[in-house]
Amino acid sequence: MATKFDAIMARRGEIMRRALGMDYGEFELSPIAFDYEAMMADHGYSLDDIVAIQTKAGVGHTPLLELKNFTDLVRSTCEPGRGARIFVKDEAANLAGAFKDRRASVSIHVAKEKGYEGVIAATSGNYGAAVASQAARACLKCIIVQECYDSHKVGQPEIVEKARVCEAYGAEVVQLTVGPELFFHMVELLDQTGYFAASLYSSFGVSGIETLGLEVSQEMRALTGADPTACVITHAGGGNTTGTARGLKRAGATGTKIVAASVDLSGLHMASDNDFNRKSFTTGHTGFGVPFATWPDRADVPRNAARPLRYMDRYLTVTQGEVFYVTEALVKLEGLERGPAGNTAMTAAVSLARELPREATIVVQETEYTGAGKHHWAQLNFARQMGVEVRAGDPRDNQPGTVIVIPERLEQIQASDFDIAHMRRSYVRNAVKAAPAGYVPTTDDIAFLAADTNSTPAAVEAMLAELAAKEA
Amino acid sequence: MTETQQARAGDWVEVECVLLEPADRSTNLPAETAEKPLTMWVKGFAEGRAALGEPVTVETMTGRKVAGRLSAINPGYFHTFGEPIPELVHIGKDLRARLAAYRAAESVAQGASAGAPESGGA
Repeated sequence: MATKFDAIMARRGEIMRRALGMDYGEFELSPIAFDYEAMMADHGYSLDDIVAIQTKAGVGHTPLLELKNFTDLVRSTCEPGRGARIFVKDEAANLAGAFKDRRASVSIHVAKEKGYEGVIAATSGNYGAAVASQAARACLKCIIVQECYDSHKVGQPEIVEKARVCEAYGAEVVQLTVGPELFFHMVELLDQTGYFAASLYSSFGVSGIETLGLEVSQEMRALTGADPTACVITHAGGGNTTGTARGLKRAGATGTKIVAASVDLSGLHMASDNDFNRKSFTTGHTGFGVPFATWPDRADVPRNAARPLRYMDRYLTVTQGEVFYVTEALVKLEGLERGPAGNTAMTAAVSLARELPREATIVVQETEYTGAGKHHWAQLNFARQMGVEVRAGDPRDNQPGTVIVIPERLEQIQASDFDIAHMRRSYVRNAVKAAPAGYVPTTDDIAFLAADTNSTPAAVEAMLAELAAKEA
Repeated sequence: MTETQQARAGDWVEVECVLLEPADRSTNLPAETAEKPLTMWVKGFAEGRAALGEPVTVETMTGRKVAGRLSAINPGYFHTFGEPIPELVHIGKDLRARLAAYRAAESVAQGASAGAPESGGA
């Protein structure tokens, strides 16, 4: 029997079409393939246009800082000749305190241009603050829908802080208990209000992040004479990885390695009422990073503009305890008091720098603001209240939801490589599963899947053969 | 019930309501989530008098009318930083000492390789 949930979700396509002012059907090529670049270009803004929109919105042009103390600390832990120079793009300097302002500024510009009365976004993170801040500047009404509380109305402090800041910017904040029906209610509200869907995953939002990659390339060339060897990107829903990588490529930084990084939250269920307040990270974690990479079109738009497998060269994971350690170190050694989730890439960079030669350069492309609730101390105190053990020791003993192990020494920080080949196989499996039963992928589909997974048609054919053999 | 637990029309309040009963929820939820309703809290200006737990309608910041039960009057924010974390407090001191030692050793090494032939010279 169709539930209230199913009824709204069945009308989702029609509601989203009006709420985005865009027909995704135009880009569909087959039950598997769509024209990604045509979708990305459909808004008609050049990269220069987006820079102009963001400059007017008070977004972007954030400082790029060299972390000389961090670099020397890493060099103190590695073999002679190793220890890459570490730089950071201080995205906390954006208006609402995170790179998400880049994403929001383009969506709000489009909503205003198209004459919508207001905007809606489903987000528990920095994106809500960004949308609310940009909406305030554009005099648009704003509703932010959050997954905020467990069933006992215990709020995750970072999300409670995000509600506060959204309300400070004049937004209406709708707070829900745990569950994916957050998107159901967002669709219901879009239907009720006729507002614009400021989706995290629209081409507007992801195009807004391309300026970050562009700035990284331009500023590194000015500072060091070359593009960075590697750009390390905190990875969750995939927009940050996709937008930054696209911007780097558009700037001509084709040799820069794209390294995605997430906090390992394996073992915790993202829709669990019990696990919700035991995660200690609300974003930048594998709970979003893996499912969104292996099936991007699970998002609130028909086709997700964030397609991270197209761009990532490596995917590193770090533990919760390692990120808290590096967050504290960054405050004390570099004078940068920033939010822990945004320091996920910084933690991976400490490990990566040790592998690379001294001449190499690494850019960590974001930081985020911190404060009451978001602060790493707040998160660790909350973890203890929720019954999670916090202790010093070997970070290999970290167990998400049970024990957070803070390293005792810098040497213990060691990122792990996540198997991208495995993610590619999962993606291809999901793409085939989403097509009608019995549909046989064409040559064009195979070319699309190869592009969407940053592999080759031959590799995709091998994956399809493997899947068919398993089915048989 | 004290006077402060009564909201009057125009007061800034929070209401609570159930959006989806367990039976109406998405399928594929873990059992501990599926057995609970999807609950919602929204803030707005009360449209009438109500005591905590009583039904009331609010007008939200965007002008929507939302009906629910009164869950808070003039709701505040009480999230904080909390106490220092003992497992973190030593990190700055340790790393600054380590950095100083590394730089001292590097400068000795550089002096030994680059400066030695010149030592005592102009």
